[in-house]
Amino acid sequence: MNQQRSTARKTGMVSCSCCHLLCRHTPAPAFCPRCGARLHSRKPESIARTWALVIAAIIFYIPANIFPVTHTTSLSGVQSDTILSGVIYFIHSGSWPVALIIFIASVLVPLVKILILILLLISTQFRWQWRPVERTRLYRLTEAVGRWSMLDIYVVTILVALVHFGKLANISAGSGAVYFAAVVVITMFAAETFDTRLIWDSLGVHHDREE
Amino acid sequence: MTKEHFIACHECDLIHRLPDVPVGGAARCLRCDATLYRPRKDSLNRTLALAIAGIILFVIANTFPFIGFTIQAQIRETTLATGIYELYQQNMGFIATLVLITVVVIPFVSLCSLLYILIPLQRNRVPKFLAPVFRLYLFLKPWGMMEIFMLGILVSGFKLIKMASIIPGLSLFAFSILILVLSTIMTTLDEHIIWEKIDYP
Repeated sequence: MNQQRSTARKTGMVSCSCCHLLCRHTPAPAFCPRCGARLHSRKPESIARTWALVIAAIIFYIPANIFPVTHTTSLSGVQSDTILSGVIYFIHSGSWPVALIIFIASVLVPLVKILILILLLISTQFRWQWRPVERTRLYRLTEAVGRWSMLDIYVVTILVALVHFGKLANISAGSGAVYFAAVVVITMFAAETFDTRLIWDSLGVHHDREE
Repeated sequence: MTKEHFIACHECDLIHRLPDVPVGGAARCLRCDATLYRPRKDSLNRTLALAIAGIILFVIANTFPFIGFTIQAQIRETTLATGIYELYQQNMGFIATLVLITVVVIPFVSLCSLLYILIPLQRNRVPKFLAPVFRLYLFLKPWGMMEIFMLGILVSGFKLIKMASIIPGLSLFAFSILILVLSTIMTTLDEHIIWEKIDYP
C-alpha cells in the first residue's frame, strides 16, 4: 500500500461519520448520499463540547463518592454505604476478586477516563506533536472500558429489587447512585464528542507509523 | 478505480486505497493503527441466525425471574421489570429509566432492527428504510449494556450470599446465553457489506 499520503480534509473530501463513505466536501451543510447522516469534516465544536462534559463529570464525581449509594436496613440498624465503603466491605468479607472488580469498574475506570480525556483535550488544544499513536490508543481504551462503570448501578438495582423484607432486611438506593450514574453517562458522551482526528491534524501527513 | 475503493481512516483521516482483505484478516490504518475494515465469514446468514436466537432469549430473559432470594422462610424473586419498578417507586426515576433503556429497550430495539435489515437482505431484497434503521442500530450500539448487567447479577449474588440463600432463576440461563449471542453478533456483523447494499446517486 504505497501511495501518496494525504488526509480527506486536505484533499477536499469528507469521510461520513456513520458509513465511512468518502464524499466531496461542500461549504453548505451536506448529508451523506448513502446513509443520510450529516457530514462533518470534524465533529462540530469537539473540544469545547468535550471540555464541558468533562467538567460536568468532575463536578458530579464528588457527590457520587461522598453520598451513599445504598442504605441497608437490618435488625442491627441502618448502614449506609458509599462506593468506596462497598469495596472495603468486600475486602473485609474476604471476597477479593469481587472487591477488585467493583474497585476497577466504579473507582478506577471513571477516574482514569476523566484524566485521559483531560490529557487528550489539553494535548490537542495546544497542538502537541507528542506520541499521537499512543494518544489515539488511549482514546480507544477510554471508549471501550467506559461503559463498564455502569456495573455498580446495576448491582444497586438488583439489590433494591431483591432485598425488601421490611425491618428484617431492606436495601434502598442512596443519592450517590444518581450522581454516579450521571458521571458514567456524561463521560460516555464526552468520549463520543471527542474527535481523534484533531490529534493528527497538528501533525504532518509524513508522520507515519514505523513499519 | 471508483471512489468507493478509497477510504479515510475514521480516527486520523488518512486516505487509504482499500485493499482486498481475506476473511479473517483486517485492514489497518498505516498511521494510527485503527481497524479500517475487517471482513467476516458468511456475515449475513450468521448474524441473522444469532439475531433470531437473541430475540427468543430476550423474551425468555425478561419474562421469568432471574434471581430468587430467601430469608427466614420468605422467598423473593425478581424479574428485571419488577426491579426497575421498585427503583422507580423509591423516587429513583433517573436510575430506573437508565436501567430500563440500557438493559431492556436498547437490546430489544437493536435486535429488532437487525432482523428488519437482515431478513430481507438474506432474501436478496433491500429493506425500504435500510439506511436510517442501520444508522439507529450503530447509534445505539455502545448503549446496550446487557453483559455489564450480567456481571452485576453475579456481584449482587456475592453480596447477598452472606445474608441468605440465592436461587438462580430460569431467566439467568437465558441471560447468560443471550450475552454470548449479543457479543458474537458484534464479531459476525460486517457493516461494510450492509452499507454496500445501498444504491446512492
